[in-house]
Amino acid sequence: MYDFSYHNPKNVADAVSAMNEAEDGKFVAGGQTMIPTMKHRLASPSDIIDLRGIAELSGITVDGRGISIGAMTTHAEVAASSDVQAMIPALAALAANIGDPAVRNCGTIGGSVANNDPAADYPAAVIALGATVKTSKREISADDFFTGMFETALEEDELITAISFPKADAAAYMKFENPASRYAIVGVFVAKTGNDVRVGITGATPCAHRGMRLEEVLNSNFSADALESVEIPVAKMNADIHASAEYRAHLVKVMTRRAVAACS
Amino acid sequence: MPVIHMRVNGNPVSGEVEARTLLVQFLRDDLRLTGTHVGCDTSQCGACVVHVDGKSVKSCTMLAIMANDCEVMTIEGLANGSELHPMQQAFMDNHGLQCGFCTPGMVMSALDIVERNGNDLDEATIRKELTGNICRCTGYHNIVKAVKAGARAMGD
Ligand SMILES: Cc1cc2nc3c(=O)[nH]c(=O)nc-3n(C[C@H](O)[C@H](O)[C@H](O)COP(=O)(O)OP(=O)(O)OC[C@H]3O[C@@H](n4cnc5c(N)ncnc54)[C@H](O)[C@@H]3O)c2cc1C
Ligand code: FES
Ligand code: FES
Repeated sequence: MYDFSYHNPKNVADAVSAMNEAEDGKFVAGGQTMIPTMKHRLASPSDIIDLRGIAELSGITVDGRGISIGAMTTHAEVAASSDVQAMIPALAALAANIGDPAVRNCGTIGGSVANNDPAADYPAAVIALGATVKTSKREISADDFFTGMFETALEEDELITAISFPKADAAAYMKFENPASRYAIVGVFVAKTGNDVRVGITGATPCAHRGMRLEEVLNSNFSADALESVEIPVAKMNADIHASAEYRAHLVKVMTRRAVAACS
Repeated sequence: MPVIHMRVNGNPVSGEVEARTLLVQFLRDDLRLTGTHVGCDTSQCGACVVHVDGKSVKSCTMLAIMANDCEVMTIEGLANGSELHPMQQAFMDNHGLQCGFCTPGMVMSALDIVERNGNDLDEATIRKELTGNICRCTGYHNIVKAVKAGARAMGD
């Protein structure tokens, strides 16, 4: 790892100005992606702006419509939150299955969503629940946030402050995990609110996305059997040593069936 | 260079470090606490697990400066003189190690498991909770037995 200047701001405004003054600055949250990336010299920022001292970025608040989770809330905190468990149990369960206990004690929801790893879990939930990403500048809807592999709508000096999730009537997340890292080979989050079904898919393609064809079928018949006829386009799937494109396409359907079954 | 302060195994320590110094480097190279191991460069093996403010973390994936003003516990902080901690004793009694390279991380993770799940652990819980700790020797069976026995002994 190359050396850098370290900043430890106490509020969002100072974090943003540290970023603007830096030559090639990077925010760090839990460091569970950033530090390995720097160790491998895939990133060599001039400045590291540590968000861990910013109290306003942590914590979980509930209102009638849903739940808002501060960007610096760790996976372990989301998993253990009685509010999340009561309001959106599928989200607590998702957080409880990210990586391992030590990763969950450091890794944060803001870091995971900002990083937009193609195999990360949270993006599927953000998309399926139709969450809103709150930043230091604005509010971004889930459908506009994830723009490509490791790419998001965030600007260089923009940081996520919180993510707010509307409550769904029923929701479930199913992932087929890589046994070594627990990242999703394919993960599918299904959320149903009234007659509106949303499906968020991660791991399958370079960027998490909505499963429009699956949603269409589920909107008229919310049952695992209804999915039999849906074609998952193989050409768009990721292929690597863990799974071929054909296998991933198959898994998308299997994980969706399991998630729907778990909802009903 | 930044100066950092922390309490390690109850003792106040301080040091001047480069910002890029990892917590595990500070523990091993500066404090000479070489019980904490480094088994990978991908944050996956868990040989480096220590507790920071009571929570298990991978010390290879945290900057030393991030633990500034924190309470750090390493494997060296567990025994009471020559009397092993019940979890260490359980690893010994149950043949929970062969080469021993993974053991410090296993024991630190095991204590965290007990902290969160109590003293009566079933095999499935132990195996799930140990997903972040890799052992190349034992095949895990005796580690699982050791964690179960150690957890129980800690409750006695
Ligand atoms: C062994 C291992 C297993 C893992 N398994 C899984 C898994 O199963 N599923 C999964 O989803 N993830 C997994 N992860 C990744 C983990 O969830 C990370 O915690 C997460 O991807 C990044 O979160 P972080 O808080 O550590 O962010 P960091 O590593 O600190 O930052 C990641 C990126 O996000 C940016 N960033 C961070 N916070 C903000 C913010 N508030 N606003 C704007 N930008 C920000 C940083 O600049 C950086 O570019 C695993 C990681 C490891 C090491
Ligand atoms: S050395 Fe830290 S996880 Fe392998
Ligand atoms: S005992 Fe050798 S790696 Fe676990």
